[in-house]
Amino acid sequence: MAAVSQLQRQFIEYATSLYNEGYLDDQFTQLQKLQDESNPDFVVEVVSLFFEDSEKLLNNLATALQQKIVDYKQVDSHVHQFKGSSSSIGAQRVTTVCVHFRNYCDEQNLDGCLRCLQQLNHEYILVRNKLEALFRLEQQILQAGGSIPMME
Amino acid sequence: MGMFSRRWRSPEFDDDDVHVLAVDDSLVDRKVIERLLKITSCKVTAVDSGWRALQYLGLDQQQEDDDTSPPHFVNVDLIITDYCMPGMTGYELLKKIKGSATFREVPVVIMSSENVLARIDRCLEEGAEDFIVKPVKLSDVKRLKDYMFGTTTTHLHTSPPNHNNNINKEDKATLNKRKLQEMSDASPSTSTSSSSPTLSPSPSPS
Repeated sequence: MAAVSQLQRQFIEYATSLYNEGYLDDQFTQLQKLQDESNPDFVVEVVSLFFEDSEKLLNNLATALQQKIVDYKQVDSHVHQFKGSSSSIGAQRVTTVCVHFRNYCDEQNLDGCLRCLQQLNHEYILVRNKLEALFRLEQQILQAGGSIPMME
Repeated sequence: MGMFSRRWRSPEFDDDDVHVLAVDDSLVDRKVIERLLKITSCKVTAVDSGWRALQYLGLDQQQEDDDTSPPHFVNVDLIITDYCMPGMTGYELLKKIKGSATFREVPVVIMSSENVLARIDRCLEEGAEDFIVKPVKLSDVKRLKDYMFGTTTTHLHTSPPNHNNNINKEDKATLNKRKLQEMSDASPSTSTSSSSPTLSPSPSPS
């Protein structure tokens, strides 16, 4: 059906742009390889866990940086976790901010940390919106009776 | 010599799939590693801390070094653990496992997002079998499984090609040195130091 192939083309274009713009990297493709008929929702499930985890971490980071005496080890520990989970799902831009963030933690640079937290929030919301849009496209394809194209 | 195949398997696993204990405090990573292992036909037990891993292995009590303690029915072929974990690090867990009479021969693989040579060296010196840099990919897990346990088509140790599944399973059993220890305890005539092909215990390279 024309509608299915159009949706599939849209999907490929959108996914490609996400990779090109650095929102996603190869690890996201790796996750898609782990999805099959026996585990058709694997990627959505992992990404949902990432969303939950991220929101908790962002809250913890905000709290930690608001303390009168900031415990940079604690801040670093949260960022380390965030770096790990974002890297595991291929959310490359989030991971990159985490790397800078950790440097500021090492320097105990509060300003730098606060700026990174802002950036982290921003990048997280961006990737979350884009992934949700991608998943919606997937659903549309499936509902139209088509299959989701595999990314190279 | 069919006696090696099923005697040391605990009741809940009635086939010879590789059983992996995965340890990672990150929920996201646990989900990923679990799927990676299952897709490569491993049975997985995933826990969120070093302490839980020790609990699962029955090593959280004092008597882990006491050889007269009751036999464990936990059958683990591989332990794969994250390095950076709150409480007990993967390195500390590795040391405890290598310090245990029952589990010291189980291969332990460390995962870490940090590719630090000193860290890798330290882990390998303490007896880790391998070190994987995160994020973990399917090819990492396949490679690991293949060189540690062989597959039904590819065997990376010295035995000649096997033509039926039973022999493959026995080979898999012989690669786990912990089982070798139990075998030599159970049947004094079995040699654990020879590396004869196919059905006799062969020590894995260190």
